[in-house]
Formats: sequence, structure tokens, C-alpha cells
Amino acid sequence: MKSLYRILAIVKKELRQLRRDRLTFGMIVGLPVIQMLLFGYAINTDVRNLKTAVANQAGTHLSQQFVAELGQTQVVDIVAFVETVADLQELLRRGEVSIGVVLPADFDRRVNKRTQPAVQLLVDGSDPTILGVASQLVMMPLGFDTSVSSAASTELITVRPYFNPERRSPINIIPGLLGVILTMTMILFTSVAIVRERERGNLELLINTPVSSSELMIGKVIPYIVIGMLQLALILAVGRLLFAVPVRGNPLDLLLAASTFVAANLALGLLISTAAKTQFQAMQMMVFILLPSILLSGFMFPFDGMPPFAQAIGEILPNTHFIRLTRGIMLRDAALTELTADLYYLIGFTLVAMLLATLRFTKRLD
Amino acid sequence: MQSEYAIAARGLTKVFGDLRAVSNLDLNVPRGQIYGFLGPNGSGKSTTIRMLCGLLTPTEGTATVLDNAVPGDSKALKPKIGYMTQKFSLFGDLTVFENLQFIAEIYSYPAAKRTARIEELLQKYDLVGQRRQLASTMSGGQRQRLGLACAVLHHPELLLLDEPTSAVDPQSRRDFWSNLFRLAGGGTTILVSTHYMDEAERCHRLAILDHGVKVADGTPQELQAATGMHVLEVVADDPYAAETTIHELREVASVTQLGVRLRVLMPEDIGDPIAPLEKALNTHGINATVTRSKATLEDVFVAVTLQPGHAQ
Repeated sequence: MKSLYRILAIVKKELRQLRRDRLTFGMIVGLPVIQMLLFGYAINTDVRNLKTAVANQAGTHLSQQFVAELGQTQVVDIVAFVETVADLQELLRRGEVSIGVVLPADFDRRVNKRTQPAVQLLVDGSDPTILGVASQLVMMPLGFDTSVSSAASTELITVRPYFNPERRSPINIIPGLLGVILTMTMILFTSVAIVRERERGNLELLINTPVSSSELMIGKVIPYIVIGMLQLALILAVGRLLFAVPVRGNPLDLLLAASTFVAANLALGLLISTAAKTQFQAMQMMVFILLPSILLSGFMFPFDGMPPFAQAIGEILPNTHFIRLTRGIMLRDAALTELTADLYYLIGFTLVAMLLATLRFTKRLD
Repeated sequence: MQSEYAIAARGLTKVFGDLRAVSNLDLNVPRGQIYGFLGPNGSGKSTTIRMLCGLLTPTEGTATVLDNAVPGDSKALKPKIGYMTQKFSLFGDLTVFENLQFIAEIYSYPAAKRTARIEELLQKYDLVGQRRQLASTMSGGQRQRLGLACAVLHHPELLLLDEPTSAVDPQSRRDFWSNLFRLAGGGTTILVSTHYMDEAERCHRLAILDHGVKVADGTPQELQAATGMHVLEVVADDPYAAETTIHELREVASVTQLGVRLRVLMPEDIGDPIAPLEKALNTHGINATVTRSKATLEDVFVAVTLQPGHAQ
């Protein structure tokens, strides 16, 4: 009973301090919103309007029709017409265009005979996304093609984008972003929370009171679980209002998954706080966790495409598992019971990190 | 059964790397008294206090505090002691009232009596007007009173105060000490470290620490009676020249200038200390009178912390 009251005393104190800490309070709300706006609007893997230059050496009616149709796809934005291939290369090198289109002098003949490619695309391969988009152009149907309507126009493989038929990037990004934002804020808040008390000397007072290590740890974590849930609600609301990101699965499943994930990050934050001596060190360690959480978790790049070593690191990170859970629940309407492996991992991670943090946090100064 | 002493330490030693912060310290602090630790910065006062409340593990030696072995039994000890850190360690972003409330809750002070106790402390420590003020915006003296109020809230048997008056003005120091005497009168044992002589003089007993070693202990009167030194006062027309002259004498352990007066310490085994002083001053043509004086605590401190090898 006394133990419970001591935990409550810590929780109350944390909330009071948090209320007076404008900066942290602002970060709780500001960080998710700014990140969502940035990622939601700026990061778009569904690329359109790539700057393009055309070298139409044929100059025939057919070639001009092709160029017009190319422009209508909206994938490219034709900004220049040049004479030679060398001119195209020059524009590419200077970065003024991303794609160069070459229509050779015998364009009409090539289209009709179909023995050689009729069009050559010079693509700025320094950006893999652009290369990928340009490759899509290869599949552009030849609407103007009257002579041949044979098997050549039938595709061998067709793609049906399940769960995201419109191929909108925010749909993919926001469930992952949820994990990234929670990782960032939760680890930051908790790791700084203890280190700050150490820096200010509060800890020397606290460890001389009857409060135990585990009571202190639990009391510090509880307010941030609540904050994590607020952030979850905020992110989902903004996602729905601005980007129409759905929650197709059971919201309770999502809540449960998010609670576990928040707890895992808070425990990790506490563990960091037992190792860091200053707030600055705590931040550095946070970045050390945050970067792989963005890059290796499957948030930025497909997890299956990463080399085994990177995958192994990714498997350790809570965010990897959380992104699998959120994409499953929010987009694929999967039930949490179908995703138990990731849920159990998060629970296990929380327990281990919490145990280590409590063991490491001695009520001593040496 | 209670032992006679609130604190009993044997051979307490703490080593940090190459530094022996505290060396082989024996300590007996009787219950209900104010016991002082006198020593310069870095003499091991804070380290000793931290070992006694279980914050630091002694490298060697044992200590029993309120019949609990530390650090082994420090969990049972925590509710019985109050500790005031050298640096202000309460929460700057909580108000005075909230700080007291938090401490009351952490020590599981009975909820029914909590508010009354906090009000009592606000009155006693003159913090009524600061009740809603954030602790970070208070003056040094106010912070120190809040620190003491929080340290005594749960009626500890033993108070450990680590240089509590180092950041406050003389008036606040006087008020602080009258609070300490009131607490000691109520039966609380107080261990207080200081580097002020006037504060040390007010303790029932004190230990003088120097470079981690206890160089003397006892009541202030005992210490003053047993310096092992002749204490002489020299009044000279030219105190600076007199000091230079006296300083060169081999028999002199120490000389300190206090305005126009000089306080001179000479080992007791010199039969007549006045003669050599007068002789030296006369030879240099310095007009001065030499009289015997009683040792003050400052003289004691100077005498016991003299560099070994010099005049001893």
C-alpha cells in the first residue's frame, strides 16, 4: 500500500512538473503534427511531374503525337526540346532534367516494324526512385499504335495494389510514422526525465528517501504512457483528417499494440537514463536508437530487401515489430491475434529493458 | 535496545581512484547532540556523510547508524534519517507547498495529519508567504529553510546536513542555527558539516577533518584546551614587518595577521615562548608588545591542520 502511494506521489510530481515545462508540453503536440505534415506532404514515393527534355530527331507526325501522349501521363513534365543526344546528356548532368527522351530519326519505321525499341530514355540513375518511375514508362500503352494490336500489348504480369489501390504514400507512411514519432518522443522524455533529476541534484535527495528504485521507475513511466496514448490519438486523427488514412482493423487492437510499444520505448528510455550522465549524452544515445528505427525498421525501405545483417539489427528494434503491427491492423484489417509474434516480442522487450534499468539504477552514488 | 551513539564508525575509508577521500575514520556521535564536521573543501566531509547515509559504499571499515549497519541495512535506515544536500536538491519547478507535499507523500506521512504538519513547518520555517512560490525563484536563505523543513518533515531521529549554510547570509545562518538547537532540544541528533569557525564553536562536539583524516575531535572546550601550542598575540606598529620577522623564527608553528594584531602559535615544549619573539622583534627594531592569549577554535584548526614536519 505504501508502495502504491509512493508511486502515485511520483506520478503527481511528474505531471505537475510537466505542466510547467512548456517546451516538453509543446513537443508532445508539436512534434507529431510537424512530422506528419512533413512526411505526409513532402515524402511522396508516387512521383509525378519529373522534369524531362525531348530530342525529337524524327520530327514526324507520329513522333509528335507520342511526345504529346507522354506529357499527358503526368509522370513527366516536358520542359525542353533539344536537337541532339549530347544536349540531353548535358541537361541531365547539370541536373536540369531527370529524364531525357530520344526519338531517333527512323522512329516511324521502328514503331511499325517492332524489331528494335523505338524510344530511348536517358534517366538520372542517381536517384533510385526516379529510375523506378521511369521504368514504369516502359509499360506505357501505345494508344496511337494502329498497325499492331496483337499479344505484344497484353502484359505478361499485372499488378493489383491490395490495401492501397490508389498507391497513396501517406497510407504507407503514417502507420510507420506512428512508430517513429512514438520512439522519438517516448525515449527522449523518459531518458531526459531521470538524467535531468541527476543533473539538478534531485536524485541525491530522492535516493535518500524510502522510495525504491522500481517505485521510482514505475512512477516516472506512468505519466508518459498516458502521453503516448494522447499522441497516438493525435496522429490517428491528423492522419484521418488530412490524409484519409484509415484504421481498418479493430481500434482496440491498435490501442493494445500501441500501449505495448509505448511501454517498450519508455523502458528503453529508462535504461538509457541509467547509463547517461548528462542530458546531452541521453540525447546522443536517443539518436543512436532513432536512426536505425527509421532506416532499418521497414519504415523507409522494405524490410525483406535489406541484407541479413541489417535485418538482424532491425529485428531487435521495437519499431520494426510495431510497424508490422500497425500496417497489419490499420491497413490490412488483421487481428492482433494473427500478429502475436510481434506483440510478444514487444512485451518481452519491455520486461527485459525494465528489469535491466531497475538493476542498473542503484540507490547509490558510486 | 538503543546504543549510546547515533553514529559509530570504525576505520571508515573511501578511495576514489588514486584519491583517499576519507582515511580510516573513527567516529562516535552521541544521541541528541549537534556534532560538527569542520574542515576545508575536499577534506572528506561530504564523502563521510554520504557513506553514513548509504549513498556511497565504504572501501573499508564499518559504520552503524541508528543501530543499522550501513550500507547493508540502509533501506531500514532511510525513514529514520533526514538529509540535506550541499546543493539545493528540491524541485525548482514545484512550489514550496508542493515540495513539502511530495516529501510528505514519499515518507508516507499519515494523510490525516499531513496538511497540519505542512502548515506547522511553513510557520516554523517562515515560509508562509512563499507557499505558492516556485522553489527555483526563492532566495538562498529561503531555499535553505525549505531544505531543512523537508529534511525534518518526517521527524527523523538523525539529521545529516552537508554544509547547509554555505550559500546564505549571516542573519540566515543565525536563524538556521537556532532552528538546529530547537531540533536538538527535541531529541534529534544532528551531524552538520561546515567550514565556518563560529558554527563549529556552537556544536556540542566536533571533529576536524583534513585531507580525509580526522585530526582532532572533542568538545570545542576540550579542543581549545589541548592544542599543544602556546597562543600569543603580538600588537605591532608595523604588523607586516613583524609577521615577516616572526615567520622566519624556527620555533614558530604559524602566524596569522588579524588587523593590527598577529596570532602566533608555538609548540608547548618551548618553555618561554615570549622571550625569543621579543628578542627577534627587537633585533629588527620593530616596536611590539607580546601577550599570552587563549586558544580559539581557529587556533585549534590551524594547529591541527599544520603541514607535518613544520615545527612539530
